[in-house]
Amino acid sequence: MVAVTIWGSLRRFTDGQGQVEVEASNFKELLDRLSQDYPGLKPQIERGVSLALDGRIYREAWFTEIGPQSEVVLMPYMAGG
Amino acid sequence: MALDNTPKRVFKVVGTRPPRPDGVDKVTGRALYGADVSAPGMLTAHILRSPHPHAAIVSIDTSAAEALEGVKAVVTAADFVRQDDGSLRDVLDNCMARDKVLYDGHALAAVAATTPDIAKAALKLIKVTYKALPHVTDVDAAMRADAPVVQEGRSLETVPDGMSQNVTSHCEFGHGDLAAGFAKADLVVERSFTTAATHQGYIEPHACLASMTADGKADLWCCTQGQYNVRTLCAAMLGMEASQLRVTASEIGGGFGGKTTVFIEPVALALSRKTGRPVKIVMSRDEVFKATGPTVSSSIDVKIGMTRDGRITAAEAHLRYSGGAFPCGTVDMGAQSAFASYDLSAVRTLGWNVLTNRPKEAAYRAPGAPQAIYAVESVVDELCQKLGLDPLDVRLMNAARKGTRSSYGPTFDDIGLIATLEAAKAHPHYVAPLATGQGRGLSAGFWFNFGGNTCVSLNVNTDGTVGITEGNPDIGGSRAAISQMAAEELGIPYDKIRTIIADTSSLGHNDVTDGSRVTFAVGLATIKAAQDAVAKMCSRAARIWGIDEEAVVWVDGAAMPAGPNAGKFPPMTLAEIAAVSFNTGGPIAGHFEFNADGAGVSFGVHLVDVEVDRETGATKVLRYTVFQDAGKAVHPSYVEGQMQGGAVQGIGWALNEEYIYGADGRLQNAGFLDYRVPVASDLPPIETVILEIPNPGHPYGVRGVGETPIVPPLAALSNAVSRAIGTRLNSLPMSPPRILKALSKG
Repeated sequence: MVAVTIWGSLRRFTDGQGQVEVEASNFKELLDRLSQDYPGLKPQIERGVSLALDGRIYREAWFTEIGPQSEVVLMPYMAGG
Repeated sequence: MALDNTPKRVFKVVGTRPPRPDGVDKVTGRALYGADVSAPGMLTAHILRSPHPHAAIVSIDTSAAEALEGVKAVVTAADFVRQDDGSLRDVLDNCMARDKVLYDGHALAAVAATTPDIAKAALKLIKVTYKALPHVTDVDAAMRADAPVVQEGRSLETVPDGMSQNVTSHCEFGHGDLAAGFAKADLVVERSFTTAATHQGYIEPHACLASMTADGKADLWCCTQGQYNVRTLCAAMLGMEASQLRVTASEIGGGFGGKTTVFIEPVALALSRKTGRPVKIVMSRDEVFKATGPTVSSSIDVKIGMTRDGRITAAEAHLRYSGGAFPCGTVDMGAQSAFASYDLSAVRTLGWNVLTNRPKEAAYRAPGAPQAIYAVESVVDELCQKLGLDPLDVRLMNAARKGTRSSYGPTFDDIGLIATLEAAKAHPHYVAPLATGQGRGLSAGFWFNFGGNTCVSLNVNTDGTVGITEGNPDIGGSRAAISQMAAEELGIPYDKIRTIIADTSSLGHNDVTDGSRVTFAVGLATIKAAQDAVAKMCSRAARIWGIDEEAVVWVDGAAMPAGPNAGKFPPMTLAEIAAVSFNTGGPIAGHFEFNADGAGVSFGVHLVDVEVDRETGATKVLRYTVFQDAGKAVHPSYVEGQMQGGAVQGIGWALNEEYIYGADGRLQNAGFLDYRVPVASDLPPIETVILEIPNPGHPYGVRGVGETPIVPPLAALSNAVSRAIGTRLNSLPMSPPRILKALSKG
């Protein structure tokens, strides 16, 4: 299981939990599972999210592997100028 | 000045300052910018813009305009493909209003004619019937329940029930127990701030030339930060397949984030399709201000608790951003950045994006971060003043470091904030004496940086030179940096390499030049492409020598046997291998494509001294020093230029620049005479200190550097002015009238 930290305004879609656990070995599985287990997150995930894995931020990269001890944080999709 | 205390590989080309490849063209006026491209039979187009801040379009009658001699076509929103995707629809509706005009200057029709004068005359013949609607241009006013609704039904599911329909999104970040944190504080300061919308202020206006033929193929030349994104947007709006639209980016006269989208490009294409002739559009400065992206305007509340020895016990910020008449996510970035420089056990940021009757926001270096960090760093400075603490020591005490759980969630790995703060503390500027009436301010700043989709080709020419094709417009020296990294990897001189920017049909997709990504991501792809070419050259040498490929290594620009057992052959240089390439298997090229990650976050610290004229309210910047964790500086002059440029733009933002709207909802200062950007005579030399803390995500340690430098200046200037006049200012810009008002109250 992977523990995923959810940002505050999305907690209303995870029963108030700031961290949820899902079965996933890479980003695609993780996002699919989050959308399935917490349908309220699906619109945000479809609009775009970033994921931080052990402090490193990824904007896409479905097949990035996640270890069971990895720190995973869901973040808004990064934009820049 | 470069501080470099970390062991790393010895570079031969990276870290040097070769002449910039675009220098001669730019100083001789030969460089081709967006407005410089022309074509035989070309028409000129002009755009009709709304005089109303908010109105329903009851009807548009273009018949009289179309009947004018010399007019070849008129387009309105009806000439574009309506988009299902929300963000794409917003971009299109911003280019050409559909049912309502949403701000002063919103486009709603365009005319292509044989001369500019005819096109302008035709605009006056277009009869638009408007139904004026109530408007709102202030972010706080737009959040009130009785505010005019700019667009209905745009609120995301994240917006709590009961809020104005103008609130389109809500975000929250942070961790820890705020109440317990504030209870531990010896002093809590809570302040409210506002920042005005500012423009990126690029000197080159938006310009493009579109040419579509009867078989539906089109070419588009434009000034942009991302030709592939232009292609994606325009192809969708025109109902074209991407392969049929080739977009070529011109040289660019500044972008800073403002040229990451489209404004006139789809309009020129639609007119070209309708007329069958090339169509050129060049925006006036008035149009650039009225209808292209300023930053968000903001209203921010910050509350911070601190112990008497300087430890921050809790921190909270509420951020209300308006990106104009369309939804945007910039407040998410501000809310994540606000406290990123601090190691906090209790922190919370809440953000709301709000619609107003202003132009659609476009990105501006580190979008969202300068406003948030201005507010936070101002309160930190006030706490230091009130507690009698050194502001640098307090920042060092509370600085984020490796292992800190960041205020936006992830745990930091290696970051350079403490080294950057220590460099500022050790610098002579920090202890230089100040005269009466002068003030010194400082601020830390943060930006994420990212990588993104990138594609590079590297071709080895038969004369031993190398051509590199990359797909990102050069807005900050990337052609030089990319050539340097290729030279480093190939082991050949810098001047044997030329890097060019591809059009969209010549190379695979590249993301926009934004997010401080290009030197990092394109540089990394270039290194990999060079390694690909090196492997092929080693293979050719192996075949010539009749030994295994694995027995050949690349050293100082030549293939060599790996050791005595591989055989005894003299090294073959790149030029020697290239010269016989047709005989050994054909042309030699390297290629690499990927979606880059691992850009590494960046921190900066700015130090500024000011003097305020108490009679006029004018602020003079006396001394300015920028310290930045820049990773390996590939071309230090360009890195310094980024740091200096960010500081200068931030000085303008802090002291003078603002979008001023009248009660009628119209923009009152759409020109450089009334919108005051700093000029050389306003500024002291901007000193720079580069800290080369390597980014572990790049083989040379490169980090993005382009955005972080605009983050700290707002607070640094505000803290300096506040200390100089003895009164704290909580609103930007600190223009002379605002300073006089503060002095009269103080």
